[in-house]
Amino acid sequence: MPRKKSARMQQLETAMMYPVDWIEERSGLIGGVRYFLFRKVPGDTNWFHTLGSATLTAFLVQLITGVILAMYYKPSPDEAYESIRHITDDVTLGWLVRGMHRWGASCFIILMFFHMARVFLFGAYKYPRELNWIIGVLLLALGMFEGFTGYLLPWDQTSYWATVVGININGTAPFLGPFISSLLRGGSEIGPDTLARFYSIHMLILPGAIIGLIGLHLYLVIRLGVSSPPWSRDAAGADRPEPEVTARPGLTRPGPRGGIAR
Amino acid sequence: MGFAVGIVCILVGLIVSWPAVAVGAAITLIFGFLWVRDVTHGYRTVPEPPPADAAAPAEPAPAIPAHKGPAAMPEPEPGEVASYPRSKFLEGATLGLGAVIGGIVTVPAVGFAVVPAFLDQGDDDIDLGPISNFAEGQWLIAHFELDPADGGVSRRTAYIRYNGLLENQPSFTIVSNRCAHLGCPVQPGGLVQTDKTKDAKTSGGQDIQLIPILGLSSFTCPCHGGSYDDEGNRTAGPPVRALDRYSYSIRNGRLFLGGAFSVGRVEGKGANARISKYNLAGPGQHVDGPEQWFYPMQPPH
Repeated sequence: MPRKKSARMQQLETAMMYPVDWIEERSGLIGGVRYFLFRKVPGDTNWFHTLGSATLTAFLVQLITGVILAMYYKPSPDEAYESIRHITDDVTLGWLVRGMHRWGASCFIILMFFHMARVFLFGAYKYPRELNWIIGVLLLALGMFEGFTGYLLPWDQTSYWATVVGININGTAPFLGPFISSLLRGGSEIGPDTLARFYSIHMLILPGAIIGLIGLHLYLVIRLGVSSPPWSRDAAGADRPEPEVTARPGLTRPGPRGGIAR
Repeated sequence: MGFAVGIVCILVGLIVSWPAVAVGAAITLIFGFLWVRDVTHGYRTVPEPPPADAAAPAEPAPAIPAHKGPAAMPEPEPGEVASYPRSKFLEGATLGLGAVIGGIVTVPAVGFAVVPAFLDQGDDDIDLGPISNFAEGQWLIAHFELDPADGGVSRRTAYIRYNGLLENQPSFTIVSNRCAHLGCPVQPGGLVQTDKTKDAKTSGGQDIQLIPILGLSSFTCPCHGGSYDDEGNRTAGPPVRALDRYSYSIRNGRLFLGGAFSVGRVEGKGANARISKYNLAGPGQHVDGPEQWFYPMQPPH
């Protein structure tokens, strides 16, 4: 049984909660966050449902490490490689932050595919969640483009020639391909503008678009709710009485996965 | 929709040709007019007068307390609100002005990001030094910078062979090292004699290195294994055409490198080679055969 709080304790609690209440009264944000964190989800969700949050976490890691790397990186052909070397070798913990960004990029892409596979295999893309699947596909495309534009930035032989090949693969698209590749290069040849252009796309345009789409993605997740796994009894209507066992399972009555007789 | 098509046509026309701009401007004007007419339809037409009995109450009623009886303003008739011109005008004005302001800000910004990629792409001819540096039948690697102001990032490589005189004019074969598959640098199949490198100080202020190759028989690409013979014809691997070549000119006994062009196939050898020449296309793009119809237009090079 809870002990009655002393008057002083109550006073202290009121004082501590005062700023939170102040914000809540004026914005409703605390209630909003509480609604987001403590909303109802189906009882039979499992660990696979955490892949989306894992992807979001990987993106946030990319966001934070990327912003910090931008403090030391210099996007000009003469300085880019040297500034990366400086980050890796000289700046305190630079090797760690660059490594997190470099390997985190792969994590982000892999997690996007795992998350996508979960949604596909659980049938969670079906009505009414089709729009969220489409937004997810856009996020996947933008994420891959992030990978492509970020790969050039170290400005070493691997990144340069990989980008040459990548741009020229775009150039082989029918009709518009030659124009797409000129647009990516910022001209008919790879030059000083190409690096700065890729940097701007990598750290401003694409993250902005991705953040906006993630906001939409989460809004739809909250609005439509989390879907149950395909084997969910709750979603299938657990209120129905279990059929009586009269014969071998799977022949005259449905087995655990449906069976032939319906 | 048509308005957007017109804007697109203008932007594309700025890159491609002036007649396209004119067509785009015409489409934009026509659809812009139709759009404005459509949007303003609501308040250009005279709204129907409200029914007479609603406008004039039958007789003045005795005063009643404010919290009783009907509201001070009568409920609007169903049709009245929908055709109310001022709210419609304000709604249209807000959206329209917003669109205009957005367009004024966006169009130059997008133009700034996009158009420079398609304008002024030509580079000056590059001085490769006196033609006495080039012995007949000798392949040389030439490293040069397309635009010395851009520095090392514009460094390119060509393979050059002097073919002797053809009709009293010096003939050169100048092959680009850009693979016709996806643009990696093709490597010469021969002995690269770095120790016999010649330096040619040129009029452009560039320090151009000429490295002889002994017994060149082929070019091979390190990325995906595209192979070419010594005229640049594809012999194996994924490339879709022969290696690109550079045009050249000779001024005051010096070799000048001009613009590059694409090659479908080369028949014959050396000075007597017959080259099927096309406008410069990007790597991986077909210039001949039925697939050439996939690449009908090229941006300026």
